[in-house]
Amino acid sequence: MSSPESHAAQALEPVPAPVARTGDSVHAARPASASDAARLALLRDLRLAFRKRSQLVQPLAFFAMVTLLFPLAISPELSRLRELAPGVIWVAALLASLLALEFLFRDDAHDGTLEQYALSGQSLMALMFAKTLAHWLLTGLPLALMAPLAALSLGVAPTALPGIVASVAVGSVTLSLIGSIGAALTLGIKRSGALLSLLTLPLSLPVLIFGARATQLAIHGASYLAPLELLGALAVFGITLAPLAAAAAVRISLE
Amino acid sequence: MPDQTLEVANVHLWRGERHVLRGVQFALARGACLEVCGPNGSGKTTLLRTLCGLIYPEEGRVLWDGENVRRDLPAFHAALAYLGHEPPLKSDLTARENLHYWIGIRRRVAAEELTAALTRVGALPFSERHVRTLSAGQRRRVALAGIALLAVPLWLLDEPVTNLDAEGRELVADLIREQLARGGMVVAAVHQGLPPSVRNVTRLELAA
Repeated sequence: MSSPESHAAQALEPVPAPVARTGDSVHAARPASASDAARLALLRDLRLAFRKRSQLVQPLAFFAMVTLLFPLAISPELSRLRELAPGVIWVAALLASLLALEFLFRDDAHDGTLEQYALSGQSLMALMFAKTLAHWLLTGLPLALMAPLAALSLGVAPTALPGIVASVAVGSVTLSLIGSIGAALTLGIKRSGALLSLLTLPLSLPVLIFGARATQLAIHGASYLAPLELLGALAVFGITLAPLAAAAAVRISLE
Repeated sequence: MPDQTLEVANVHLWRGERHVLRGVQFALARGACLEVCGPNGSGKTTLLRTLCGLIYPEEGRVLWDGENVRRDLPAFHAALAYLGHEPPLKSDLTARENLHYWIGIRRRVAAEELTAALTRVGALPFSERHVRTLSAGQRRRVALAGIALLAVPLWLLDEPVTNLDAEGRELVADLIREQLARGGMVVAAVHQGLPPSVRNVTRLELAA
């Protein structure tokens, strides 16, 4: 309290005295670039996720349980299990990624982080993309890495595993992107889980169809390139448009 | 050419059937502070959110440097800092990590700057603790450090002194005084009024 001014001199970035009326006003002294901002948003979400591990593990545990319990419930006949494997793996992956979606923006909306993102002067689209990427790294990618375990328990030959991993990895990108739109649209709603699934599941069907097809072809030892490329195309389409839609939805929810 | 002013012209806003903002009008020049007073539910928060462009008013305009802020929202946002009811902090991160990410998204910030700002608001002793373990007043101090670190010309503060002790309220007054001395502007929604040590304050009364 004795000399607040002298403290202030070091503590506060001095606002350049008379600020000329140019586009780059005061804080533009050393503004963060859009990529810096997106990188920090990504790192923040990753760090937070590792602080709250139970939320992180939940969808993965769900996926593991469904795919490991299935063979016990159906039959020990490997040929039958192998036929069912694409469907089991993909339905489980789809529902697991849906399970994680509810948390995508909820906490950020609650504690005012989304508000700060929207008022940061940075591209909200880039920040939304960073958040979605973090979501994929925390659910889609681990699901893809767990898929071989599920596949093996369903009697799939090891040679089919690369195709399965690739299709789940690529397909889940689109699932995360579609989910980001749904999660942003349902931000203002309490207990949005049911509505969120209603919104995202129909849009996710192409991913489910092509993903299961790619997995099936991989299991049969055929070329799974065609459906995998379609999954890739869907992912590119999603990367282009989903952050735009999610950013718009977030802005609406803040009004 | 006008030299950094915030001008609000005849802003009307309805929320459903309620006419919340009824022709709000004011102008704020460099180095000036506006305190927005009024009972609960009189639209103080709504006014601040309208000013920063989160809410579209049905009628009227917000002008920054004589230009409608809607024409270039990102540039306007880069010039303002908004602090809502709740400090925008993540409870699972430490105070320092919170500032690192929150401020870092907007401007490059060195670790020493963070330390200096945390010291300034008296938050250094608990800067490495998770925010969930901090009291409401301590969180608010951390948020104030963030606002100061943003170093932008326009501050929009929603109830900046809630949960703060006498010393904390004086800190808010000091920070506002420094901001004004640098030629910055402050709009503060306060239902009790700002501490008297802040000068050059205009008062805007909102009726319930």
